[in-house]
Formats: sequence, structure tokens, C-alpha cells
Amino acid sequence: MKNFKGKVLFLNRSDINTDEIIPAKYLTEITKEALKPFTLEDLKLDTFNPKTDLSGKAAIITRANFGCGSSREHAPWALEVNGINAVIAENFARIFRQNMYNCGMLAIELPKDKIEYLFGKYSGKETEIDIDVNSGSFIITSGGASEKISFEIDGFSKALVEAEGWVGYADKKY
Amino acid sequence: MGKTLAEKIFDSHIADKPFEGTYVLKLDAVFCHEITTPIAINDLVSRGMDRVFDPSKIKAVIDHVTPAKDSKTAEQGKIMREWARRHNIKDFFDVGKNGVCHALFPEQGFVRPGYTIIMGDSHTCTHGAFGAFAAGVGTTDLEVGILKGVCSFKYPSTIKFVLKGKLQKGVYAKDAILYVISQIGVNGATDKVMEFTGEIVDEMSMESRMTLCNMAIEAGGTSGVCYPDMKTVEYLWPFIQKDFKSKEDALAEYSKWKSDSDAKFEKVIEYDLSKLEPMATFGNKPDQVKTVKEMEGTKVDQIYIGSCTNGRIEDLRIAADILKGNTISPNVRGIVSPATPKIFKQAMDEGILSVFHDAGFVVTNPTCGACLGMSNGVLAEGEVCASTTNRNFYGRMGKGGTVHLMSPASAAATAIAGYITNSKLFAGK
Repeated sequence: MKNFKGKVLFLNRSDINTDEIIPAKYLTEITKEALKPFTLEDLKLDTFNPKTDLSGKAAIITRANFGCGSSREHAPWALEVNGINAVIAENFARIFRQNMYNCGMLAIELPKDKIEYLFGKYSGKETEIDIDVNSGSFIITSGGASEKISFEIDGFSKALVEAEGWVGYADKKY
Repeated sequence: MGKTLAEKIFDSHIADKPFEGTYVLKLDAVFCHEITTPIAINDLVSRGMDRVFDPSKIKAVIDHVTPAKDSKTAEQGKIMREWARRHNIKDFFDVGKNGVCHALFPEQGFVRPGYTIIMGDSHTCTHGAFGAFAAGVGTTDLEVGILKGVCSFKYPSTIKFVLKGKLQKGVYAKDAILYVISQIGVNGATDKVMEFTGEIVDEMSMESRMTLCNMAIEAGGTSGVCYPDMKTVEYLWPFIQKDFKSKEDALAEYSKWKSDSDAKFEKVIEYDLSKLEPMATFGNKPDQVKTVKEMEGTKVDQIYIGSCTNGRIEDLRIAADILKGNTISPNVRGIVSPATPKIFKQAMDEGILSVFHDAGFVVTNPTCGACLGMSNGVLAEGEVCASTTNRNFYGRMGKGGTVHLMSPASAAATAIAGYITNSKLFAGK
């Protein structure tokens, strides 16, 4: 399994699209690593600076409809090469969510009130997360205090995370 | 209990149900282009699995940047070309034969009612216009599709849209879909199939239905679908006449691909669009929509007519009808990209390309380039484009640029005026 433990980046906006995560002009790259310096460079969010805020993060917590728009898997890859293997949101665009699980990454959906709670309590503070896929929960920590929050993950998505992606899973099975 | 169209397609294509609600479907076609496929090909090669499940079911095109603009895009094309050759993929479309995938593949007869289709492109939902389940996927799903001919989906729930009334003159499928998206929002159909029905859809040509289904993804929809009818049969007839004795026989066969009267829908939403006006987007999301009248006077720098949404012959005819005898404003530049070589040739034979030329447009070869800011019409910082494409995301057509989505008629009228305005074809109040 990939690493799901580390610092959290809060992106306080809904409908962040895949053009914002990685602009189309970089889709001519044919390695994932090449996307690293351009990740989130067109994100329309005043409080975010891609040059300083992305480094050292392992997970994103954001609002609704994250990853809408283009089907480009370059969006999860751009996050992955920056060390981010998990995104937690109210919901995701279907293709983006599937792309995340297909790469063995996590796209965790939480109810709106829980997302609101996480933003209210942790946004703007140095926050760490440790996600346990097996138990369907994560420990979130800030300023020495921790709490455990559970989430739902369907059997197929869990199997893809365990298999580190759909190619490995499908090759064995089909 | 009856079934929806999407449920019928799912139930007839099951390869596996590994978990409750997860369906692995057998695919009738896998479409490929040069932006999302080369990484899949390279990954298959590196895993020692450079195979294809069925070369006759794989259709491939170079369309996003063509002819290549630099060494990187040349390399993407080369990877596609060599892969198509070594796997004997006969339906591969290169420079001279290539066009925008979602216009080209239907035109080639590759889409049929009841089909399951994936492509590494979000606008694959376009092909649902034929009564198919067609969905955009990422590179990994594409890779497994190429290798095994399967793809996983959750069992679909469907929102049925009933578009009632009659569109006014000068109002088109593009205006209708912009209106629908503005009503339900960019997250309004996430994980759902959007089924388009009603007398407005019945009246629409296949080209217009493709425009409608094309933008389902802008509301989050997995696929847009329309029911097959005689228009579907007529469109497909050159490709299916060997399979059926008559068009009526074909229609009888294809008619099974519609939702049952007692099917269970997530929601049924009715809109009477009789008074709908031409629409355009503002802001950076496709659900930010106003009437063209409300947007009247908004200055633009570039007009773009083309793309998988509105680059078909019907679109070019409408735009040419408005442009004929006029020249575009000296303050704007106009770009038109007929979506396929066949459309290009038709437009040439009908004198449409001359109309565009005489009006001051540049006519480019078929390509997706400008729509996503990759080539052939990229905006500069602060510039504004009136565009017949499908996304007005921030920076979509070039960093710092703004896009206003609209119909070809509104785009042509805007080109003449130099600012957003209604076409002369629209007389509605």
C-alpha cells in the first residue's frame, strides 16, 4: 500500500477542476515526475501559493466536487509525485475518484458537516493525518491533540488500494 | 420492475461483479487519442504486457495537437503510430485523415445503440446520443480496457430530463444544455447518467443530440444518453445496411435500447424550453450561465468555432449563414476548425469555408487544440474568447484567459460585432 500518513493541505473551495490541478499544456509530458513543479499552479484560490504550500504534504482536505472536468489521470499523478496519496472531500467527480483508486490512492468522501467540522477545527493550523484503510478511519492531529474519524470505503475501492491499482488487480483476475 | 437504458446496457455486458454494486463491463469499443494513451502504452510495455484485447475494437486518433507543434507532441504521435502498426489497429487516424475524436468516431460508424465505450477523454459521453453507454475514463482504465476489454463502473442511477416545447428560431442544443447545467449545477449529475428525452430531443438532429450529450460531463454526468429512433438509423444506415433488410427492421432492433415506462429514475426533471433564449457562460464554471442578452456588449478578443461540442457541419452551416456578406470586427480574430476532414470537405464543397475566409476567419485543420489551450488559438493573459467549446475553466484556453461558451450562431454574431450579442436569427423577446 502507498503512504497515507503526513501533513495536511487544506483547499477551501468546491469544484476544483483538473485543469487547475494540472493545466493541459503539461499533458505533453510522458513521465509523471515531469508534472511535479506545475501541480496546482492555476488553482484559483487566493489563500494558496503552490510554491510554498504544497511541499511536504501527504493529504488534501477540500470541499465538494473535487477533480471535476477533464479525465486526465495526470491530476492524481501530479499529486502523487508531490507525495500526496489521499484527498478527503465532500464528494468527487466520478472519473477523478476512479483514477485515484485505480492508482492505489485514496479519495475519501465525508458528509458535508464533517468536512465543515474539519475545516473549522484544523484549517490554518499545522495538521497531520494518519489514514488506516483497513479499519476505515484516520487519526487527525494538531497541537498535540488527536481524534479519530471514521469513513466509508466500498469493497472494490479497498481492493484497488490493497492491490496498488487496477492494472495489477485486473491482470490477475481477467 | 422495468429498467433504464443504462441499466439494460449494464445487464447485457457483465464480465464480473466483484463487489456489491461494482460492475466490470465487457467493452464494445475502446477509443484512444494521443494525450492519454501513450502513457498507457508505455506502462504496458514496461510491464511486459504490450498486448491489445481485440484490434478491431480499438479505434485511435491523433487529434489534440495535430500536426505536431513541437518535439514532445511529435513523440506522443509517434508512440501512437507505432503502437497502432505493431498491433494491426486498422482504424487509426493520422494527419490528413484525423479529426476531433467525438466527431470523427460517430461519423465513421463506430458507435451503435446499446454499445459500451470508454475513452481517456471526459467528453466521451457524447456518444450516448446514439443510445450507447459511453464514458470518459483515466489512463489506467484505458490501459486495462486496451489489455482486457473491460472497465469497472458502479451500477448507474439515471436522471431523466424531459425537454418539452419547441426551441425558438436561433436557439440550439447548445443553449438547451447550458440552461440544463445552469439549473442543476456542475455537481448536479455526478455519478449519474443523464437521459435526454422529450419533443425537443425528438426534433433534434444526431449532431444536436451529440452537442447535448457532449456536455453531460459538465454537470458531472457519467454519460448523456438519448433513445435511438429513425434519425439514429438514418445516420447509421451506410454502416448497418448490410445487417438489416430495411430501416424499419433496424429501428425495431434498436428500439429495445430505451428506458422502460416503469423504470426507476433517481429523478425526473421537466423543462419547457419554448421560451429559452440564446445562452452564454460568465465566470469560470459551466453552470454560470446568463442569456446572451444579459451578456450583450461584453468585449471579446477571439472567436473560436469548433470542437467536439460544436464543430460539425450543422454548426458551420449556421455560423456561415450569419457571417455571409459580413466581415468580422477589426478588434477580434476569428478561428474556425471543422471537426473532421469529411466536415472540412463538405464545408469546402458547400462554399462555407469561403464564407468564413471572406469574413476574416482563419480556417484551421481539424483539431482539439484551442479548446484546451494546447495549440491553434491559445489566449494571452487577460484575453477573452467567445467559444463554441465546452469548458470556461480559468486558464482553459490559455493562462489568464477568459472563455464565454455559446452556440455557433451567437459566436458568429459576436465575431461581427466584436462583443457578445444575439444573432440575427434570434428574434425572440
